[in-house]
Amino acid sequence: MATAGSGPDPGRPDPDALLRAAAQEGRGRLKIFLGAAPGVGKTYEMLSEGAARKRDGVDVVIGVVETHGRAETEALTRGHEVIARRAVPYEGRMLDEMDLDAVLARAPRLVLVDELAHTNAPGSRHPKRFQDVEELLAAGIDVYSTVNIQHVESLNDVVASFTRVRVRETVPDSVLEQAEIEVVDIPPDELIERLKAGKVYLPAEATRALGHFFSKSNLSALRELALRRAAQAVDARMLDDVRALGLGGTWAGTDRIVVAINELPGCDGLVRAAKRVADGLRGPWTALFVETPRVQGFTAAQHARVAAVMTLAAQLGGAVATVPAPNVVDGIKAFLADARATQLVVGKSQRSRWFELRHGSVVDRLVRDTPDVTVHVLPMPPAGPPERSARVAGAWGSPAGYAVTTGLVAAVTALASTLFQVLNLGNVALLYLLPVMAAASLYGLRTGLYAGLASTLAYNFFFLPPTGTLTVSDPENVVSIVVLLSIAVATSQLTARVRAQADLASRSARTNATLAGFLRQIATVNDADAAAQRICDDVRQLLDVRAVLLGPGEGIALDILAASDPDYRLETVDSAAARWALDTGVAAGKGSGTLAASEWLFQPLHAGDRVLAVLGIASERAGNPVRADQLPLLSSLVDQAALVLERLRLQTEMRDVDAVRMRDRLRSALLSSVSHDLRTPLTAVLAAAHQLRHDRSPDLITTIETEAQRLDRFVANLLDMARVEAGALTLAVEPIDLGDAVAGAANDARRALGDRAVRLDVPPDLPLVRADPTLLHHILLNLLENAGRYADPGTTVLVEGRNRQGELRLSVVDHGPGLPPGREAELFETFRRVEGSDRAVGGTGLGLAIVKAFSEAMGMSVEAANRTDAAGARFTLVFPAALVVRDVAVDRVI
Amino acid sequence: MATVLVVDDDAAIRRLLRNTLVHAGYAVAEAATGRDALALAGTAHPDAVLLDLGLPDRDGLGLVPLLAARERAVLVVSARDATEEKVAALDLGADDYVSKPFDTDELLARLRVALRHRRDAGQQPERITTGDLAIDLDRRIVTRGGAELHLTRKEYDVLALLARQVGRVVMHKQLIETAWSGDEDPRIEYLRIVIRNLRQKIEAPDPVGSVIANELGVGYRLLARGA
Repeated sequence: MATAGSGPDPGRPDPDALLRAAAQEGRGRLKIFLGAAPGVGKTYEMLSEGAARKRDGVDVVIGVVETHGRAETEALTRGHEVIARRAVPYEGRMLDEMDLDAVLARAPRLVLVDELAHTNAPGSRHPKRFQDVEELLAAGIDVYSTVNIQHVESLNDVVASFTRVRVRETVPDSVLEQAEIEVVDIPPDELIERLKAGKVYLPAEATRALGHFFSKSNLSALRELALRRAAQAVDARMLDDVRALGLGGTWAGTDRIVVAINELPGCDGLVRAAKRVADGLRGPWTALFVETPRVQGFTAAQHARVAAVMTLAAQLGGAVATVPAPNVVDGIKAFLADARATQLVVGKSQRSRWFELRHGSVVDRLVRDTPDVTVHVLPMPPAGPPERSARVAGAWGSPAGYAVTTGLVAAVTALASTLFQVLNLGNVALLYLLPVMAAASLYGLRTGLYAGLASTLAYNFFFLPPTGTLTVSDPENVVSIVVLLSIAVATSQLTARVRAQADLASRSARTNATLAGFLRQIATVNDADAAAQRICDDVRQLLDVRAVLLGPGEGIALDILAASDPDYRLETVDSAAARWALDTGVAAGKGSGTLAASEWLFQPLHAGDRVLAVLGIASERAGNPVRADQLPLLSSLVDQAALVLERLRLQTEMRDVDAVRMRDRLRSALLSSVSHDLRTPLTAVLAAAHQLRHDRSPDLITTIETEAQRLDRFVANLLDMARVEAGALTLAVEPIDLGDAVAGAANDARRALGDRAVRLDVPPDLPLVRADPTLLHHILLNLLENAGRYADPGTTVLVEGRNRQGELRLSVVDHGPGLPPGREAELFETFRRVEGSDRAVGGTGLGLAIVKAFSEAMGMSVEAANRTDAAGARFTLVFPAALVVRDVAVDRVI
Repeated sequence: MATVLVVDDDAAIRRLLRNTLVHAGYAVAEAATGRDALALAGTAHPDAVLLDLGLPDRDGLGLVPLLAARERAVLVVSARDATEEKVAALDLGADDYVSKPFDTDELLARLRVALRHRRDAGQQPERITTGDLAIDLDRRIVTRGGAELHLTRKEYDVLALLARQVGRVVMHKQLIETAWSGDEDPRIEYLRIVIRNLRQKIEAPDPVGSVIANELGVGYRLLARGA
């Protein structure tokens, strides 16, 4: 769609052109041999040039070439390697198609692909051969191909208009625009000669109109078109180059073209015309559909036509837009202003003269109301018989409405007859306005008209002299009848319009509200699975379709992220379409150009140039999953869903980065600690052992023993920490007596404790706890060693067990310097040691981190605080009630 | 002179053990692999085997039942914390285990105890003393520092079982099955509480001097101490 803002400064590279140039990098190059008509020798020319390239040493293969049995053409194919065609069964016959996968696998430098406009057999990967070619180009393979001018999409109408032959197989102009074009040209007379000599193979559609198609005037016109198209292509590509280099001096404000389409047949011609206008003006163009209240009454065929025209516009390289508005003129005007369009293409109104008299001509009003815009009015083919409205029953109104109306008229008649003495005839007529207005506003036009008719009859019969008859004597009363009927018409139309407006507004408000709700809720989701589910559920709710969200899995597999309905099924063709959308970033499946046999439409969710996932939607009923008027909503949802998934992906990456950073920090802390805490005792051991050769002092032996013990404990702690960090802790929980556990730990810690005594203070009835004996042992060992490291020598370390309100608290209390105030929580971090101590204290600080990690692994917690009664630290293990063993039968233990 | 077979693939450990054992008056045979160990068991007729479980050619655990015999004690030398391995080795007939890194004094003590138990198998001692504790198995009397202690039936049963194997580890299940033999639902909780009650009666408040050693996840050992 056109965007606001003026053209870039002269001399500055045009970003769009640069992008197009960048997109060409790594792609294969396409050369098209363009002919004016069959028989000009395109295939021959292509083969000759292919042969020339082959002589130059280029790796050339034939993907598909139709020789039509012509000897000289066939002779040319013999020099080339031919990729075997793929046989596709179709309705009992076998159709030969180019084997796209074989060509891709063979990966030549250049492949020759005849008949670019060819339609593939149903069931092929792409419906059209030019899509196969696109894939070859995307794979970096150069392609030579052929096409006749009447197959060019935007010239399809023009050619049909003078040849009376319309071909169904067309090639989008965008394909030609990226190609180098060589026109294969022979003079018309010569072609006619060749035709007469039987040297031309004719496609079926040409045979039928043989005499007409190959007239000299037609061939001249086609030849001119071909040459002009080729010139245009050269022009366009030169302009791109110029813009990409920023050379253009005159490239300023671009024309922006808008083509307004509607549901009527013939709009495809309008779109092609707009494309030609846009090509001529070199401006961006947009196909616009104005969604008026009438859209609700569209038949399926009308919806389908709008969708088809929109698709065509997109294929021709235009943008598409749908805007809601109360009427077509307002919608177009608003859009023209928003898009800063300079050119408008509309079809000439096909409405009846009567319609135009009542509503005014749309074209006239557009021309009048948009003075800045050039309006191109093009003829449209005459409309066929009017289509049955989808809302016939609604237009006729409900039977209940008629019943109520009849009752109302009867009531008014009864009321009027009782009041007839005090009212004059005119006022009685006024009373009849009530049922008319009520019926028209409540039940619509037809019921309103019925009310008007019934009222007129009742008025005439009961009140107009001569009463009791249906004749009118006074011309004055004729006026009353006409007025009643007119009021019925006017009221019903007014009400209907207001109601339709309100419907549209509420529908649009509903859409906006749901979209806003979707955004609000999904913005708070921080879990990718939940977000994916939310997206599917919301798409289901908003569009009334089944939805799945698929991401790339292992290899070519698809990873199902979420589904709106658990019982969805994906057939092979569906998976292929999803895979296609995921790989290429282009929508695939039903209603798209690729693998349309799928029941699902898969829309890629883009983040930058990568596809995060594809959203698959399928209708509950057979048919297209989305209506044309839902396309903008769908694209909003897809965009938003992509943003959400991208946000979550980035969040995960950030977390991963944090985790890696954390690990790095730990690793460097570990390295520095290992180098210090392993080498210090080793140095002491080595020095002492060396010294033992000369001096058998028991002190040296003690040194070796103590230092080796330190090393042993350190290695044990390192191993423990490694198990915690690797998540490899397995618990073997059993009932444990804390006194028992402390006894074991105190015994193992006796060297570290030195001359410090340990006193166990537990009540005799302290319950058992559930814990892993080894982990608990290491916790207690570390706490006691910590006391041995920091407590003052000669003091007693108190181990105190208390049963408090169901939970059990075991404290290790020492006499000593205590903890740095305010730093208690940090103590349990890996490699944290109490700083600021002037004593040389060994140990890595791993111990307390292990205490914390092991405690948490077993469901316990650990607290650190300074003593309140004296100087020293108190570490407390808290066993919650769940870990406390109750009710051990007393009689079993005596 | 008793002969001890040292099975370990680490030459430094073998040298250390050889020096220690020779110094303590044992004859020593050495094997670095399971195959050599089995061969030497047949030719050297060792009275005890010090078996490292991490052997290059086979799982040391599988050697335990092959090496253990009526008159041959097997002591497993295992790495730290391999609780399941210790229990499995004891189940397969090993006499005891020593954790690496070991204290050579402790290793020699365990070896002595194991050899004595093999030698004395079948003989019922009448009286066992360790530290200031004396257990008279005939009269079912326990004294501490000469004063008689009043133990409950279960306390006595557990202590007696530990005392008969003084210096050796006794597995939890052995203790439970013996002391609660008539109980249909014997549980480790009972044993824990009985041990705690025993500690309160026979030990000092400082757990460092504890005479009942808690072998994590395996069982208990009544430490053998001089008077």
